[in-house]
Amino acid sequence: MAHHHFVTPITEEQVRLLQVNDTVTLEGALFGIRDATQIHMFDRGRTTRFDLRGHAVIHTAPNVRKVPRSPEYPAGYAPVCVGTTTSIRMERFTRPLMSTCGVRLIIGKGGLGEASSKAFGELGGAYLAIIGGTAALETTWVEAIEDVDLDDLNPESLWRFRVRGFGPLLVAMDAHGASLYSEVGMAARRARAEVLASLGVKTERAQPRD
Amino acid sequence: MDVDLKSVEEAAKELYIRALKILPDDIKQGFATLQAGETHATAKSVLDTMVRNIAVAEETRNLLCQDTGIPIYNVILGRDVVVDGMGLKAAIRRGCERATREHPLRSSVVHPISRANAHTSTGREVPVIHIDFSDAPERLEIEMIPKGSGSENNSWLRMAIPAEGVDAIRTFVVDCVLEAGGKTCPPTIVGVGVGGTADLCVHLAKRAATRPLGSHCDDPDGAKLEEALSTAVNRLGVGPQGLGGDSTAFAVHVELAATHITMNPVAVNMQCHSARRARATFTPSGVDYGF
Repeated sequence: MAHHHFVTPITEEQVRLLQVNDTVTLEGALFGIRDATQIHMFDRGRTTRFDLRGHAVIHTAPNVRKVPRSPEYPAGYAPVCVGTTTSIRMERFTRPLMSTCGVRLIIGKGGLGEASSKAFGELGGAYLAIIGGTAALETTWVEAIEDVDLDDLNPESLWRFRVRGFGPLLVAMDAHGASLYSEVGMAARRARAEVLASLGVKTERAQPRD
Repeated sequence: MDVDLKSVEEAAKELYIRALKILPDDIKQGFATLQAGETHATAKSVLDTMVRNIAVAEETRNLLCQDTGIPIYNVILGRDVVVDGMGLKAAIRRGCERATREHPLRSSVVHPISRANAHTSTGREVPVIHIDFSDAPERLEIEMIPKGSGSENNSWLRMAIPAEGVDAIRTFVVDCVLEAGGKTCPPTIVGVGVGGTADLCVHLAKRAATRPLGSHCDDPDGAKLEEALSTAVNRLGVGPQGLGGDSTAFAVHVELAATHITMNPVAVNMQCHSARRARATFTPSGVDYGF
């Protein structure tokens, strides 16, 4: 359970060092990306002028305030509240994010699925869990919105944040095939029968949902 | 009591912002209870971070969570309250738009097909406004709930049949909690609707999910069911954020309605740990804010 301090961008070697239950703190650039951003990039052929190679992306659509451009607000936006959304909706974009854009780290909440695990292993990547619903705290780690692209999709633009002391984030899926979410999910499914018995469900008259 | 629509507009604005920033006391108490009972190391640290975030939000006067949600306003009109109904709905909508523009807040509301965002947090049929009545004299209450998508995306309805009995309800709730996993930002309030028609059943689940912690279903069978389910779902080990632990749910809440002889509907609607709500109470002496 090592702690890693990364200044982005990072190398494939660095990301392959990570193991689940390690923690990571980030400094430097962090890119905000979301459903619409990735639908437009990967389904509708739009491209970004940002170089994402070796970088970390976070599943977010922030609350921002429009302000005049200045050294403090180079993109003309002040961050009001930056938090993290549920990752699994964006599962099918993990591979193209990595293979076409070179992204190494995905930060989100709730976890990603098996296809993402496979992509992390094959291409060298990891998923870092942030605590969902703790955006007030997360915002204190964001120094500035440095740049923004695809801003017609606002708030689901492609945001470039500058972060300091962003974390600790928990390595929840690594490049070695481990996933805390699948471990916990499998254990919970194993507990199901006992839990139903504790409720007095004697015969399973009802079909399980899946 | 005559209700001034300008003050309704102000309250609708204020309620949206307050709800996003200040967590109700019963939810804070719910965190303390979970922290005291949690045995899993990662889960303890996740709960501590959530509690720290509540304090940071209050200190920095910031939003608890970036998800401004779908705005819901529940209006309860007491006796002898004189107000123009259409004017009331329009005032709530204006207040909601002003909160979005003036704070500013992220507008999380889009057209369902074009996905166009008007950047007002409003659209067709949104904000959701429910109007009901009470016996309280000269009293108007407006409750505001910003319903986040992480929890709302975990909503289910099952039209079970009488032959499946209460076991259908118990099994369904457990399976929904399993399916939600960490996606719904646990610890949650699991809202369960039992009975009614399909639409009423889902509405009951939402009402259950947004009920204060510590409150109980006012039907004795419903109260027994929610108590048993509350214990049961926390034995699954999903834990806060789906990372494992004892604290999967603050509670399971059940709301009931009568149903048809051939029907046995059950619905689940989840409330995430950022269980936000705010309330304005209008009386002849003015407007009071609370939860």
